[in-house]
Amino acid sequence: MVNENDKTKDAEKLLQSLHEFRDEVVAKYPKKVGRKRAKSIVVSDDENPPVIQANVRTIPGIITQRGCTYAGCKGVVLGPTRDIVNIVHGPIGCSFYAWLTRRNQTRPETELEENFIPYAFSTDMQDKNIVFGGEEKLSQAIREAYELFHPKAIAVFSTCPVGLIGDDVHRVSRHMKEEIGNGINIFGFSCEGYRGVSQSAGHHIANNGLFKHLIGRDDEIRGSAKYRVNLLGEYNIGGDAFELERIFDKCGIHLIATFSGNTTVNQFENAHTADLNMVMCHRSINYVAEMMETAFGIPWIKVQPIGANSTAKMLRKIAKYFGEQELIDKVEAVIAEEMAEVEAVREKIYPKTKGKLSMLFVGGSRAHHYQDLFEELGMTTIAAGYEFGHRDDYEGRSVIPTIQIDADSRSIEELTVTADPTRYNPRKTEEELAELSKDMEFTEYKGIMNQMEKGALVIDDMSHYEMDKLIEKFRPDVFCAGIKEKFCVQKMGVPLKQLHNYDVGGPYAGFKGAINFYKDIEQMVGASVWKELKAPWESEAYIEAEFAC
Amino acid sequence: MRKIAIYGKGGIGKSTTTQNTVAGLAEMGKKVMVVGCDPKADSTRLLLHGLAQKTVLDTLRDEGEDVELDDVMKTGFKNTSCVESGGPEPGVGCAGRGIITSINLLEQLGAYDEDKHLDYVFYDVLGDVVCGGFAMPIRDGKAQEVYIVCSGEMMAMYAANNICKSISKFGKVGDVRLGGLICNSRKVDNEANMIEEFARKLGTQMIHFVPRDNMVQHAEINRMTVIDYAPEHPQANEYRALAQKINDNKMHVIPTPLEMQELEELLVGFGILN
Repeated sequence: MVNENDKTKDAEKLLQSLHEFRDEVVAKYPKKVGRKRAKSIVVSDDENPPVIQANVRTIPGIITQRGCTYAGCKGVVLGPTRDIVNIVHGPIGCSFYAWLTRRNQTRPETELEENFIPYAFSTDMQDKNIVFGGEEKLSQAIREAYELFHPKAIAVFSTCPVGLIGDDVHRVSRHMKEEIGNGINIFGFSCEGYRGVSQSAGHHIANNGLFKHLIGRDDEIRGSAKYRVNLLGEYNIGGDAFELERIFDKCGIHLIATFSGNTTVNQFENAHTADLNMVMCHRSINYVAEMMETAFGIPWIKVQPIGANSTAKMLRKIAKYFGEQELIDKVEAVIAEEMAEVEAVREKIYPKTKGKLSMLFVGGSRAHHYQDLFEELGMTTIAAGYEFGHRDDYEGRSVIPTIQIDADSRSIEELTVTADPTRYNPRKTEEELAELSKDMEFTEYKGIMNQMEKGALVIDDMSHYEMDKLIEKFRPDVFCAGIKEKFCVQKMGVPLKQLHNYDVGGPYAGFKGAINFYKDIEQMVGASVWKELKAPWESEAYIEAEFAC
Repeated sequence: MRKIAIYGKGGIGKSTTTQNTVAGLAEMGKKVMVVGCDPKADSTRLLLHGLAQKTVLDTLRDEGEDVELDDVMKTGFKNTSCVESGGPEPGVGCAGRGIITSINLLEQLGAYDEDKHLDYVFYDVLGDVVCGGFAMPIRDGKAQEVYIVCSGEMMAMYAANNICKSISKFGKVGDVRLGGLICNSRKVDNEANMIEEFARKLGTQMIHFVPRDNMVQHAEINRMTVIDYAPEHPQANEYRALAQKINDNKMHVIPTPLEMQELEELLVGFGILN
């Protein structure tokens, strides 16, 4: 939370009046819609988080920020891995409009290493493939992809029509795996866009696929590094993963796999040899963390390396977990060095940003993580919410047993995972975990509301109307969302920072990322251009006259 | 030109009835086109004396966009024009989408144009209206008149009732109307009376009662309609009568489908008690 001294009187006053917002907005909706939306708009209370309605179907027509299941599976989770050929089975648009639009970067280690990210692979289904079935065309696409590129793995993603006509991508994948041989790994995803209520369903489906088809295929322990970790839910937007890799390297922490920014197939296959899983985006990847803990005995912790202090906090947690003085000292030295640089920049910018107001409506973790950065700038987040978060992302994992499983969630496969008979190896004894739990929490995420100011608004699956009203009434200094919202918001005279793709900026993770963010936000909230939004004829009086004839 | 769609439960005898009726109309000197909307592509077999037809969708798949009307239309008994929409093998792809594609293509190719001087187009549609594709022939601007082939068997009447639901749905927004029920007898007790009552409740008529006769099977084995194979046989006259009644029919309604309860009561009243 923001330092009390930084909060302006405005922010204080605002926080006391936000609760009226819900009633005003809801009153404008048709009765039934209003009743439903009211449950998704709550006033935050960090000590006693209220129940929020989340992960339910969007009301048609309210203009949602959400994406589809295919986007979550192919675009978010599998997309950033560079040496896997991701074939989209469907009409060309699904593939074309997902082509290089997410700014997930990658860096092959050598020039010869494969990198398929610049490509778009699609079966380009036509009318006749819908009528006669597209399995043959898919087989042919897989064959061609193999002959041209000889990848280690090929993944097949189902789009909406595939589910309607019943093409079996799993069977085709299995057949082609046998036909091609050579140790190639081919697997399919039933991630048809219409499944589930948002892209969140796609994340879950992708997680299941990662666990079934990739994790645990390579047991070899490479290198002599002592501190072996995985970073889950970091997708290397704008180079975030590069910055975090730099920091881990500097500390002597060995990153086995990132899920899935700047990553390779083999890193997934080898991920189970790590000793600690760190979950960054809880919503999109917690399933893998859970399954790896059950199967291989790797504990997981929630980390949030967005914001310099939060990054330092993460490093200290890792050092604490491994418990070796050598690492603890190294981490402290790195923090001291990096923070000096961060602080020098922050101190200059801080007076210009403190007391300003932010709003964040993005993702299933990002609306939470970036509040750390705004706090470091002395800015108060007065309203926030996710597009596709679940109740646990708002209220904390303790509410999971009380979340009602509805038909939409039930349509997604839930893997039953048991301890691996030979490779299950608890990394810490129960006593050790109990001891460590005094300083850090395992298998826990406390949710966005735990961090937000009392009185701040929390809105799930915000509608366009609600967004308009938020801006009109509260005039934040910066609004964070995505491309769909960007220009609508900016036309209202409020700068919008895209937190899906960072506009053209980034990285924003880690220490160097924090510096980038401070500078970008300073520029945005300090710009005077937003006052010039009215055209001259809008602010000047009309000259009226009549023709005399 | 009258556009007529024939619906009915699978196996009830839609294709046989359609082709025999068409033969009757052709005999009367009418110019008729039959469009088979069944992936099995057997809706014109009796008129063409065999499965001589390459389907619209197969042609489209093999030739690409470059399709001529002559590639997909064959001339059958008494100058009838025969088209098979075709479709995927069972269990693959989407037959419904196939029908949409194929009817659109026929329109583009001018199969219905003035210069064809058609008096009738018959759509012979597979089974029930299970999805949007199978409703294509009764959507706006396609068939205006629907005849449902049924019998006194429970499931045939149930399917007929379902098809009426679909007609009443599309009828309210378009110009499709129900012309009547054709009872293709299964020798169920009290069959004609029951179907007449059923038709009355639906707001329509039983346009004809086609008795069961083995001659139909004989003709089928010889890949012919009864009118073609045994023109003197009484069964041929039944189909001629049906053709005449359809030709003269002026009763076109939006049906009022029955509730399940009503339908069951009808069956109990007619089928079991007597």
